[in-house]
Amino acid sequence: MISLKINGIPVEAPEGTTVLRAAEQAGIEIPTLCDHRDLTPYGGCRLCVVDVKGWRFPMASCTLPVAPDMEVTTESPALVESRRTILELILSNYYDAGYEDSLGETQLMRWAKRYGVDPAKVMLKKPRFAVNSDPNPFIWVDMNKCILCTRCIRACAEIQGRFVWSLVERGFDTRVVAGADTDMLDARCESCGACVAYCPTGALNNKMSLSLGLPDKVVTTTCTYCGVGCQLDLNVKDGHVVRVTSNPNAPVNGMHLCVKGRYGYDFIHHAERLTKPLVRQYLLEGTPRPKGRGEWVEVDWDTALDIAARKLAGTRDAYGADSVGVLASAKCLNEENYLMNKFARQVIGTNNIDHCARL
Amino acid sequence: MKITRSMVLVSSDPLSLQRGSLEIYRRFQEKLESYQLAEEVALSTITDVGNTEASPVVVIYPEAVIYGPVQPENVDRLVSEHLYKGHIVEEMLVPKRHLPSRMAWLQSRKGSLPAQQRILLARVGKIDPENIEDYILHDGYQALAKALSKMTPQQVIEEISKSGLQGRGGAGFPTGRKWSFVASAPGNKRYVICNADESEPGTFKDRVLLESDPHAILEAMIIAGYAIHAQEGYIYIRGEYELSQKRFLKAIEQAHEYGFLGKNILGSNFDFEVHLHSGAGAYVCGEETALIESIEGKRGEPRSRPPYPTTHGLWGQPTLVNNVETLANVPPILLHGAEWYRRFGTPSSPGTKVFTILGNVNATGVIEAPMGITLREVINIYAQGMKNGAAFKLAQTGGSSGSLIPASLQDTPLDFDSPRKAGVSLGSGALLICDDNTCVVDLVKVLLRFFRFESCGKCTPCRIGTQRCYETIRAITEGGGQLSDLDGLLRLAEQMERLSNCGLGQTAAVPIRDMLKHFRTEVEAHIRLGICPTGICRMVPEDETAELIENQMV
Repeated sequence: MISLKINGIPVEAPEGTTVLRAAEQAGIEIPTLCDHRDLTPYGGCRLCVVDVKGWRFPMASCTLPVAPDMEVTTESPALVESRRTILELILSNYYDAGYEDSLGETQLMRWAKRYGVDPAKVMLKKPRFAVNSDPNPFIWVDMNKCILCTRCIRACAEIQGRFVWSLVERGFDTRVVAGADTDMLDARCESCGACVAYCPTGALNNKMSLSLGLPDKVVTTTCTYCGVGCQLDLNVKDGHVVRVTSNPNAPVNGMHLCVKGRYGYDFIHHAERLTKPLVRQYLLEGTPRPKGRGEWVEVDWDTALDIAARKLAGTRDAYGADSVGVLASAKCLNEENYLMNKFARQVIGTNNIDHCARL
Repeated sequence: MKITRSMVLVSSDPLSLQRGSLEIYRRFQEKLESYQLAEEVALSTITDVGNTEASPVVVIYPEAVIYGPVQPENVDRLVSEHLYKGHIVEEMLVPKRHLPSRMAWLQSRKGSLPAQQRILLARVGKIDPENIEDYILHDGYQALAKALSKMTPQQVIEEISKSGLQGRGGAGFPTGRKWSFVASAPGNKRYVICNADESEPGTFKDRVLLESDPHAILEAMIIAGYAIHAQEGYIYIRGEYELSQKRFLKAIEQAHEYGFLGKNILGSNFDFEVHLHSGAGAYVCGEETALIESIEGKRGEPRSRPPYPTTHGLWGQPTLVNNVETLANVPPILLHGAEWYRRFGTPSSPGTKVFTILGNVNATGVIEAPMGITLREVINIYAQGMKNGAAFKLAQTGGSSGSLIPASLQDTPLDFDSPRKAGVSLGSGALLICDDNTCVVDLVKVLLRFFRFESCGKCTPCRIGTQRCYETIRAITEGGGQLSDLDGLLRLAEQMERLSNCGLGQTAAVPIRDMLKHFRTEVEAHIRLGICPTGICRMVPEDETAELIENQMV
């Protein structure tokens, strides 16, 4: 453990910890835009600069490792002046086209407000890029709001392992592109939305949520799509899910979600969603199958399961156990899939069992 | 073209004028005429010597001696003894305690002549760079043999430390100290990197060394590898230097054949390999951590420091990064010893320095001179004076790491210490000499366009700051400047220096600061009067694209 002082407060941190993280542990907030605890430190935005005793110029705390007896000051009039300059520079190359983004206060706006920089005053007067420049069905891209923090690049590479985003050009002309400056899907994007989750400005957003407004409550729940059990936050407004966000404290997945968990929620309020079991009319009545199979009828679970069990048993008895095949689901837990396996082999008596993940 | 062998400077600050320096100047004119020396001795005045009891003083170059206090009746003796016969008039020298503060350093020159001292360029032009035997014939690989057979790695580092060698890339960090940092850093693999990504505008010293004497650099890399316990070295040569690359590859090949590279070098148990890595045209890759990133195959963006490459360099291992010219000093130091080396230059900056001279002077090119030479000497002796007899206005000392030196500071010795005290910097050794037809605002505009173009784009202050500074200065040259812009520029420049991740953004601020410090009136004339005093700036909005095409920047 290394002991140092941050704002006069003694702090202990393991070797290799950055000053920013050490300060965070001590409850001291240092403003940052490009840093995120899940991602490799970058040191690009320079908003997190702190004064370190013995150094002439401020240091970026997000990349500075703690050192014994270091004395760090995180806020001073000079640092405030520096942060204000950084924010003014960033915002001087930022353009807000004025559409509703349903994000509330982004991190960038939060810091701008804290340090008294008025975005409307300093921002560009006309866009540099097309708004909504990518045809990806889930991810909204507006590079006018990009501040080149490269969180999206690192999230894609380090969280999803997909390497869709990268930087091209250099200096003032530097910009973030997908692949070789192509569409995201062409750059083999899986639309997991990790880049959106880490974007601090709204340059990347969820297309479906753009105009739905802010949620009135957030419900933490478990994703229903597979057995991994990722946690996610349903953002609910007027009883409708308007957006799914990562829950940074999720024990299994952290900020990571896949395309299904983050964007596959339109079934919830879909008009055709089934909420009760349905059986064909002729099965209820025990009559022969009519042409076109007849009408669907809503029943309770016991009735539906009785019919399924009766038909399975009937098929097995009439045509042999191997006339039945079982397809298990990735939406089931391991335990449930184990039971399916028991059911196939011991109850039905067949080895005809497979899993959708193997198809 | 007038070539002068000596230069006489008469102080003409207010105190000296009061004590009759005008009369001294007039007497010198007369006497030089009567001795028929007027053609070969330049006579000029010097205003900025600092306060001294000994004023008026007379400075005579190239011996760099200061006489004072001089009376008009002494002039005859100075001309006949010093300038005619060549004897220094000892009893008329300024007593040590009265030396003017700005000139005190001249004492350290010990009256030595600043004639070209060739240590680094000794073989340049004399040997066939593609023939290793030619190199061996001229003391080649002797220093390596000495190090391997008679010295421990520790002793090699000590010798370099004792020599006082400082990094020639621009920052002037003590080389011996850097070597010992790497040698003592924990790690099981170490690397030597030679930084040959010479991209500072107007600097071409490394190219001359690599093209004319590649084995010297290779030998130094092997010695460095031995000293810091490294088995592998990389040389990162600028992509445009095709001939340098070709010759260096050949040098590597020949060194292998002769057993200077590979396993068990010269029968010792020291192994060393050198790889050549070509740059791809990014100025910022001359910054050592960006260079390392580039070798690792990543985008050339400087890393945040600390940790430094000495502990976490190439592939995360302790790495020594030295400039070509720094390494070129190593074999002569080992061969002749630190004592010998310290005879050159000044006590705080020993050795010689390779300068590249360009601009409005009569002779441009590469020179090697002892540390501590002054700009005035460079211009008048090596560069053989300003072109067309124009007046010297300012010198720009090389790309990003240098600064603007106004005429008033041209007697500041060019070493690592003195310019820092005077608030200017030596940089990589490029001396862009500008005459009074140069508009400083236009010059700074060009510099900033370079920076905004070459910034890697990683950190905010550099990426956007250079652009905003460029836009403001461009507006001034187009007649659209405001007086309030200047304070804004200074504030932004200060923040860029404070906040940037690497030297590029930090020093992009330097030309702005220097311009406003030394040439504020000229800048304000653009704004207040709407004219460019030199007539360079067109003072009307211009089409930037056309301008960029003209300068082949797109």
